[in-house]
Amino acid sequence: MKKMKGTEIFVECLRREGVRVVFGHPGGAILPIYDQLYGAEIRHVLMRHEQAAAHAADGYARASGGVGVAMATSGPGATNLVTGIASAFMDSVPMVVFTGQVPSTLIGTDAFQEADVVGITRPCTKHNYLVLRTEDLARTIREAFYLARTGRPGPVLVDLPKDIQLSECEFVYPEEVKLRGYRPVLDGDPAAIRQAAVAILEATRPVIYAGGGVIASEGAEQLRQLAEIARIPVATTLMGLGGFPTDHPLSLSMLGMHGSWYANMAVSRCDLLIAIGVRFDDRVTGKIAAFAPEARKIHIDIDPAEINKNVRVDIPIVGDVRRVLSVLNMELERLLAEHRTTQWEAQRRAWLEQIAEWKRAYPFCYDFDERVIKPQWVIEEIARITEGEAILTTDVGQHQMWAAQYYRFKHPRTWITSGGLGAMGFGLPAAIGAWFARPDRPIIAICGDGSFQMTMQELAVVAEHRIPLKIVIINNFYLGMVRQWQEIFYSGRYSASDLRVSPDYAKIAEAYGLRGYTVRRPGELADLLERELLASEPILFDIHVAAEENVYPMVPPGAAITEMIVGPVGARTIPESKESIA
Amino acid sequence: MIRTIVLTVENRPGALARITGLFSARGINIESLTVARTDDPTLSHMTIVVDLDDVALEKLLKLLDRLVDVVTVTAVDTRNAVERELLLLKVRHEPGQKLELLKEAEIFRARVVDVSPQSYVLELTGDEEKLEAFIRVFEKYGIVELVRSGKVAMARG
Repeated sequence: MKKMKGTEIFVECLRREGVRVVFGHPGGAILPIYDQLYGAEIRHVLMRHEQAAAHAADGYARASGGVGVAMATSGPGATNLVTGIASAFMDSVPMVVFTGQVPSTLIGTDAFQEADVVGITRPCTKHNYLVLRTEDLARTIREAFYLARTGRPGPVLVDLPKDIQLSECEFVYPEEVKLRGYRPVLDGDPAAIRQAAVAILEATRPVIYAGGGVIASEGAEQLRQLAEIARIPVATTLMGLGGFPTDHPLSLSMLGMHGSWYANMAVSRCDLLIAIGVRFDDRVTGKIAAFAPEARKIHIDIDPAEINKNVRVDIPIVGDVRRVLSVLNMELERLLAEHRTTQWEAQRRAWLEQIAEWKRAYPFCYDFDERVIKPQWVIEEIARITEGEAILTTDVGQHQMWAAQYYRFKHPRTWITSGGLGAMGFGLPAAIGAWFARPDRPIIAICGDGSFQMTMQELAVVAEHRIPLKIVIINNFYLGMVRQWQEIFYSGRYSASDLRVSPDYAKIAEAYGLRGYTVRRPGELADLLERELLASEPILFDIHVAAEENVYPMVPPGAAITEMIVGPVGARTIPESKESIA
Repeated sequence: MIRTIVLTVENRPGALARITGLFSARGINIESLTVARTDDPTLSHMTIVVDLDDVALEKLLKLLDRLVDVVTVTAVDTRNAVERELLLLKVRHEPGQKLELLKEAEIFRARVVDVSPQSYVLELTGDEEKLEAFIRVFEKYGIVELVRSGKVAMARG
């Protein structure tokens, strides 16, 4: 059999995994692989910082539904990737990350650009490998891709010492992956699914709480069917946005700390909570003891470790969301054909009418202002112009929450945000990655002025590939969410949240050969976005918005989710007692 | 509550660090830990003793099971498992005490594995209670050094 070099095996394995594009940054310990990539079929996108390479691979994976690939050199290259890997880990994004490593003979000698990368990334990867024989390379890469995309997806890192890249061995491609300690359960227990169906039928006030698992499993259609068959309102998490259309009559929009008032009320008053592909995050539940206190709980998730982690549930179903929902929907249709009574119809109608009343009482709202641009209005304009067909990426902070609240989501895989880790600087590189996956869709990076400054060097990548991104900076000259917390919880002492000294972002865009606009007045905004938002070239919009606008509703940390501070004028708390909301 | 967790894991670098990392990241102290290869050289057997309540134990078992390197994991119940620990005890022998010391060792079925002019090294295997009792008895002779292996456990039947 013909011998192949490690680098040749690397490229051949990536080809067999169907990898078309990788995001990375070269350096000494990974130069052999970069030499092999020179002129190879696989496209390498040179990011300007390794953190951005990891975020771009994340954006690519989420927009495409496939596995994103990032690579960097040893030492600082690898440590710079860590934020992006940790973000992908928290959000269960399938990614394979390759890092160069010093030659195996030098490992442990404090060699130049050496770091214990498998040690550093162990708690923020699904699994990781240090390859010590070229003979193990093909099997390792095969396993890495398999682990990344199956079960609960996540990032897998492969550390490649330089000598392993350079030595030769016979190439044997393992057709099968054999991992005796890894057996994801895909099909839910039929008895538990039947039990869930009966519980759904018996409930008088059911609510669906749907998350990122709906999107990861491609189960949005099954979720819509479930909601419609059994007439159940649907609240999504930040990660679940796009998994259920915002404009659907059964949509409750987002729940949680900055969720809609009506989603939080519905969850708090429901008698059955159907949790689908979610992990009962503290930003969703608020005070755990007061979360859906009257409800029986069904929890569908592919990861058994999520069951009973934060909240005890009554009917756990471990399995792939799409598969479980398919069976559950059939079961429900069968049951409903027999048991759909006028009483059942009346109960559902009463519950949905109650919810409609809550929706009317406190929709997401803000005071429009003719003198100053309101950030929420910017998002509404983007939603109107794109008609929900764009892919949105965001940074982390107030702009992220406004985007989540005011965009009208239509499709899964059109909302890409750093949810669990909350990594500022995510938006621009993730948008770059998303474009390589879906160049057919308009892509808009909604950025905060604080976050944007963390990865704005990636404008060079936008310029290099003429990526027709639209970068919308919601610029309030503050670290807005920090300022909001300081205003509410720290008596307005704005410690280190002031960004008055900021660059002229439009000029920065121009410095990279891109077009940039600065927008200061409401009168300019609508026309400009109408004209330029769907243009076929990259454009940056630096939009100066109301500096001290807050994100409402807001559940103070540790409070029950009914204890919302609702804006915009004269913030007040909604009383918790049932009588007062009837 | 003291718990014994028994695992079979892939015998390769990093597996131990991955497992102990789950404990340290949650601030859970490991009371004892033993690892060694099984009859299958690609697998290691691991026994971990921790102090945890039921809820924390359930979560931890699931997290351990989630690790790719972990092939099986169970919390064993003392009633349904054989648990043993090895103790090496270096004890001083004053003139005139030797006979009594050796007789007491004999009662516990401990063996003398090293003899020097000032001390013996005794080896004892048993469950935790037996080891504790043994230590209490030999304290009076003057313990020079004490090493415990940590518990190994195996489910019965």
